[in-house]
Amino acid sequence: MTSTLQAPPGEAGPPPSRPSRARQALALARNTWRGLTSMRTALILLFLLAVAALPGALLPQRTPSPNAVDDYLTQNPTLGPVFDDLGLFDVFATPWFAAIYLLLFVSLIGCLVPRSFEHVRGLRAEPVSVPRSLARLPHHARSTSGDDPDAVVASARKRLRGWKVAVRSEPGGVRTLSAEKGALREVGNLVFHLSLVALLGGIAVGKLFGYEGQVIVMADGSEFCNAGIYAYDSFRPGLQVDGTGLDPFCMVVDDFRATFRPDGQPDSFDAAVRYQDTDAVERGDTAWAPHDLAVNDPLRVDGERVYLLGHGYAPRFTVTFPNGEQRVGLIQWRPVDQATLLSEGATKIDPPGVTDEAERRRSQLAITGLFAPTSSGGGLVTSVFPALNDPEVAVDVLRGDLGLDSGRAQSIFEVDRNMVEQGRLVRVARENVKPGGEIALDNGTRIRFDGVENWVSLQVSHDPAQTAVLIAAIALLGGLTLSLTVRRRRFWVRASPAEPSTTGGRTVVSLGGLARTDRAGYGEEFGRLAAELAPPHPDAGEQGRERPDPDVPAQDEREDDDGR
Amino acid sequence: MVVDAGLGQFGDLLFESALVIYVFAMILHAVEHALLRRTGAEEESAARVPVAAGATAGTAGMSGTSGTSGLSSEGAAAAADLEDTTEPPAPTRRPRSRAERFGRTGVSLTVLGFALHLAMLVVRGFAAQRVPWGNMYEFTAAISLVAVGAWLVVLRRRPELRRLGAFVLLPVIVLMFLAGTVLYTQTAPVVPALRSYWLAIHVSAAVIASGILLLAGVASVLYLLRRVHENDPSKLTWTSRLPAADVLDRVAYRATAIAFPIWTFAVITGAIWAEAAWGRYWGWDPKETTAFIAWIVYACYLHARSTAGWRGPRAAAVNVVGFAVMIFNLFFVNLVVTGLHSYAGVG
Repeated sequence: MTSTLQAPPGEAGPPPSRPSRARQALALARNTWRGLTSMRTALILLFLLAVAALPGALLPQRTPSPNAVDDYLTQNPTLGPVFDDLGLFDVFATPWFAAIYLLLFVSLIGCLVPRSFEHVRGLRAEPVSVPRSLARLPHHARSTSGDDPDAVVASARKRLRGWKVAVRSEPGGVRTLSAEKGALREVGNLVFHLSLVALLGGIAVGKLFGYEGQVIVMADGSEFCNAGIYAYDSFRPGLQVDGTGLDPFCMVVDDFRATFRPDGQPDSFDAAVRYQDTDAVERGDTAWAPHDLAVNDPLRVDGERVYLLGHGYAPRFTVTFPNGEQRVGLIQWRPVDQATLLSEGATKIDPPGVTDEAERRRSQLAITGLFAPTSSGGGLVTSVFPALNDPEVAVDVLRGDLGLDSGRAQSIFEVDRNMVEQGRLVRVARENVKPGGEIALDNGTRIRFDGVENWVSLQVSHDPAQTAVLIAAIALLGGLTLSLTVRRRRFWVRASPAEPSTTGGRTVVSLGGLARTDRAGYGEEFGRLAAELAPPHPDAGEQGRERPDPDVPAQDEREDDDGR
Repeated sequence: MVVDAGLGQFGDLLFESALVIYVFAMILHAVEHALLRRTGAEEESAARVPVAAGATAGTAGMSGTSGTSGLSSEGAAAAADLEDTTEPPAPTRRPRSRAERFGRTGVSLTVLGFALHLAMLVVRGFAAQRVPWGNMYEFTAAISLVAVGAWLVVLRRRPELRRLGAFVLLPVIVLMFLAGTVLYTQTAPVVPALRSYWLAIHVSAAVIASGILLLAGVASVLYLLRRVHENDPSKLTWTSRLPAADVLDRVAYRATAIAFPIWTFAVITGAIWAEAAWGRYWGWDPKETTAFIAWIVYACYLHARSTAGWRGPRAAAVNVVGFAVMIFNLFFVNLVVTGLHSYAGVG
């Protein structure tokens, strides 16, 4: 990346005449672009990104935990709304967060493209020629050889297999060899950054075309079909998803089993399901494929994934009306304590055969209260263990107008408190009942607590770009590892014919080495190369080779190669 | 899943032994450091007070830990110190050998502590019948093990860095102390969501990266202190016996360059696991967010180090920030924030 924001020398000088407005605008645009793609700007944007993400870690976020945000807002009535206006509870969806990472990626692309071309050009270029004085390099050695210069260079060439090598001649019969290694470092660097761009693209595609839906299904052979949004309890569509054209696979939840350790910690969750993929549904197959749905083991069908997110209990009540007609109430109650699965809920029942609206609104029933899978017993029922060891319900039976016709949406877990306050819904019984037990109402209606069903909470997720994101992430990791482990280094040999007066050999061999990256350790490799190519001459006293220090590179050797 | 409680308690015993041995090792390194400072000061004073020189070196060993940093730079004070001493000065031919002996013993103890520490995690793993990093106690113990392991690797390659020993062991000891007291949990199986082979892969990577980054953070902190001293020798004189600033900088960089891809791997495998366990590969869970922030900060460090004007203290400061984010990620996010990663098992 260009590390200076100034215009190149060609434009820096005072122009002879006033530049036209267009030229000025062009210069401004060019300088802005240069500024944006500079390393310093990228670094500042990267910092900003980290700082901007901080509230996402410090404050509760709407996306994973909306309830925590509501709690925070009630606890902080002054600061909360200010934070809310700034988007601090939804940091990763705010325009300012998007602005930072989009600028960062523009800067990244603006830097990557020219750099990639440059690297391709560099790959084709020959290694640079041998510096005049090798002795000034951080790694250097000198010796004499009995071979002639050509033979010395040829043997060096053989030794430097895998290096990019260029052999040149200098006047006076001098032969030189330049070698380079480690171009993969820059390749890794480019792959890493390009993968980042691809990763962001994949995430964006997922956000546009993916969806997530949650649904509660009774584990008693009930069926769920991915037919449309209406099949879900909650549905989060991607920006380009309208809920039509979902893959209509179907599944049946036959059974659910949870096991717990003696201390109440969950040990395993398993749901036995059967499913038909879209093809089977469309063909009208009767065969269903079985699957054991467990935590960490989703069902993958048709590009959708089905997860087992949670579970709970649904008490089953049979209401026998005075005329002998029966109605069964079975609906999920929600856990209020995850450790003991103490649950609350409201099972709502319409009386049978009542055609008069007014009469109907006087005789609707709601069985509401607490359910304990393992009851503490006593008058005040609570749960002591999450498994169905000794279930008991502590319920109020309310009779009157449930308000179902009022047009207002109401929770399936509660009765409409307004109706109770207005006296239109009245408590007619309060009892603790174990399975098989009955509650008798004043008008002869009997309510039997039959038993308990399990329900499971399922999530269906769809993300068409998930595999692409994974591939980008793997490429990113590979590129990163290459760019941090490969060392770029240069090695030079100069073989000069010896003066006739010199003893010991026909050729003076000078070697030089330069590591071009921060990763030191070149000294060791250079030492090995030098020992083979220019073994110290026994009587070459004054030509003592430097002791190759395995790690410490010379100060000037730490030439930077990443942020020119 | 059967838990062997007896074996688990044996593991705790090993953990405590390792901690105590690390403390001894740290003390020995501190003594070495103090002796080095003394001898260094006395070498200076020796030039001015030649008569006292040989004897002073001997007494320095006797009063090793009574660090008199303000005085030691003064030759006269060193001589006065000598006069106060009633014991006969031990003749020492090589003034540094005593410091070296302390340092070497410190390293030996560190190796012993490391062996016990490793044994503790192995025993814990067998006791719980799973990888021994299923709760915060085990996780923190594993991070400290990696930090000590990384330190021993550095020592093997660069024995002259031994004088850093006390500073590396200090955060390790603090972490282990917190692990053994605040975070302690009995051997137990993990919740169903954690029962996956990804526990071994993802958490190991996080442990290894965190351990190495701990070493990098220590090196960067010392680098910053040492630079203050190099710019103004009257300040922070105790850092004068540390390795030179650029050596510390290099240790920090190398450790980070090794740890960063491992951390990246940890984040990626975490995303793969989250896809299977939670229904999405990324959901801005507090732990995910903080891991992302740490990743960005370390990316900043690596870039800063190759940007003109950002090398040196600025880059080192970024590395220290990264280290702080990792610590925040370990403690704050696990203990204070409620998220999907709340597996600490504390409280």
